Amino acid sequence: MTPLVEMKDISIAFGGVQAVDHVSIDLHAGEVVGLLGHNGAGKSTLIKCLSGAYKADSGEIRINGKPVTIASPRDAREQNIETIYQTLALADNLDAPANLFLGREIVTGTGMLNDAKMEAETRKIMARLNPNFRKLKAPVKALSGGQRQSVAIARAVYFNAKILIMDEPTAALGVHETQMVCDLIMELKAQGLGIFLISHDTRQMMSLCDRVSVMKNGQLVATVRVEDVTEDDILGMIIMGKKPAVAA
Amino acid sequence: MSDTASASPLPKRSLIQTLEIDTRLLGMVGAFAVVCIVFNVITGGQFLTPRNIFNLTIQTVSVAIMATGMVFVIVTRHIDLSVGSILATCSAVMAVVQTRFLPDTLGLGLGNPLIPWVAILIGIAVGALIGAFHGYLVGYLGIPAFIVTLGGLLVWRNVAWYITSGQTIGPLDPTFLTFGGIGGTLGATWSWIVAALAVAATVAAQWSARRNKLAHEQPVKPAWAELAMSGVTALVIFGFVAILNAYDVPSRVLERAFQARGETMPEGYTAAYGLPISVLLLIAIAVVMTIIATRTRLGRYIFATGGNPDAAELSGINTRLLTVKIFMIMGILCALSAVVASARLSFHSNDIGTLDELRVIAAAVIGGTALSGGLGTIHGAILGALIMQSLQSGMAMVGVDAPFQNIVVGVVLVLAVLVDILYRKRTGEL
Repeated sequence: MTPLVEMKDISIAFGGVQAVDHVSIDLHAGEVVGLLGHNGAGKSTLIKCLSGAYKADSGEIRINGKPVTIASPRDAREQNIETIYQTLALADNLDAPANLFLGREIVTGTGMLNDAKMEAETRKIMARLNPNFRKLKAPVKALSGGQRQSVAIARAVYFNAKILIMDEPTAALGVHETQMVCDLIMELKAQGLGIFLISHDTRQMMSLCDRVSVMKNGQLVATVRVEDVTEDDILGMIIMGKKPAVAA
Repeated sequence: MSDTASASPLPKRSLIQTLEIDTRLLGMVGAFAVVCIVFNVITGGQFLTPRNIFNLTIQTVSVAIMATGMVFVIVTRHIDLSVGSILATCSAVMAVVQTRFLPDTLGLGLGNPLIPWVAILIGIAVGALIGAFHGYLVGYLGIPAFIVTLGGLLVWRNVAWYITSGQTIGPLDPTFLTFGGIGGTLGATWSWIVAALAVAATVAAQWSARRNKLAHEQPVKPAWAELAMSGVTALVIFGFVAILNAYDVPSRVLERAFQARGETMPEGYTAAYGLPISVLLLIAIAVVMTIIATRTRLGRYIFATGGNPDAAELSGINTRLLTVKIFMIMGILCALSAVVASARLSFHSNDIGTLDELRVIAAAVIGGTALSGGLGTIHGAILGALIMQSLQSGMAMVGVDAPFQNIVVGVVLVLAVLVDILYRKRTGEL
């Protein structure tokens, strides 16, 4: 079966620093692949080549087997790639509907913003993701961390993402809210989305992911199926860059 | 992702909440009212006369037009220090075009009806080009707006000098002069007609917004509140026009007008000035800018970029091109201000628009535009310009020394921002 996403031999350097060094990873539909590694290991940089925030110096990206060029966030969106950034990338001064539709506003026949329609759509999707969400008119800076997170997730879900990139989606959340995000990841996976997940929480990754790819110093240590390894194996990969025996 | 706080039953709503009135706007209107009343008392009723209100509005127009554009600039975390100089360059270009280039070089002859309009179009094009160039330097080359426009402040002021060789240029075309204020007013009847149309338009907009909300099953304010708002709008518009219409043209001016047409003035004939064309221009600009700010993608992107430039960029917004557009709008508005300012003087002079950049920035900031970006309204900026102008002309009427006038305006600017910060802290906006 053709993978949903193939990133082949990706390299990117900033000045003299080789942030990502000939890394290849892939992702299938209905699969969650975790990216692990220390801060500065290159996982965020690698994934930003897919989301369009950076452009790789060399290498190839294939979506459903077809080579594509992703030079901007707009290109990524056209490939149904949606990203939830660690910083959430919300305009704090705008309300939830404005953020959800930012860059893809619904307009009326005369080209004016249709705020009433956007608010109604936001209400619908929020009813599914976070039934307690009511503050549709308040600027998002007035919302709690979990509410802000659900705006960021709603943005990805509403536009029928096929490929979802989540960079530290639970870093700023409480226990209850983290559980909600984890449930949602499993639900989206069941719907057939492919999800790249970046996190530092090894235990959480073991329970959510099908496979994990571990990076160190810009290079890929190995990609393993989580049922083949122990948490200690993964920690060994992260800290020492030690390839476990099962790695292909 | 729970939100227990808002799950509690809705608290009892106050009148202001039910009417959905912006409390900051209410505060500014209150401050403006206090300024007017205080000066009216000190001057013994001289401040709130139709004549002074008329003068106040036409004095405010030039700065207010530019302040609406400055809102966009400041909202996106930029600044434009060059607006007074761009105004001067546009004014110089329009003056030279209408007095020398079109009549002599192109041979249209003085008094050709095309002259004022071609001059204005050329002026707007020049303003747009200068603004777009500034925007390019800021957006694409990454030079801070403060530096680009500080340079522009010096460059365009003196480009204007070279265009006119430092001369004062006038008299300007008579049609062009109608944009100046007192030289071009609608008269009583037309003012009433415009007022009626304005009331009809605002009330229609209000109710169509309500219908749209209802169509999407959204909460609306009660019908009586909507009616009350419509009533207040109508009252304000008709009241304003009634005041302007109460200012009669002095009989000597009328006599001269009749003499010029070779007629004699009938006994007891009076005529009101009514709505100045410059004020009509400002209102039109305010409406267009408000629609851009609140109802278009461009406005949405301006505010999103101001709130979080990275988020805007990651959402696929071309923030560089957006910067060019914003400075271009600013340049166009400087050109329109130049029309009003030079027409009001009836000639182009070298010092036109000097220090306007500071008045314009102050107006926007007093009107609630936050220098940290993302916050600001068009009507706030216009109200800010009006408050500053009332302070200045009020003090002049009272006979306050010129240096002390500037001290007061400076203090008011700082105080206004302080009050705004305190207000935002209380409402949790900051």
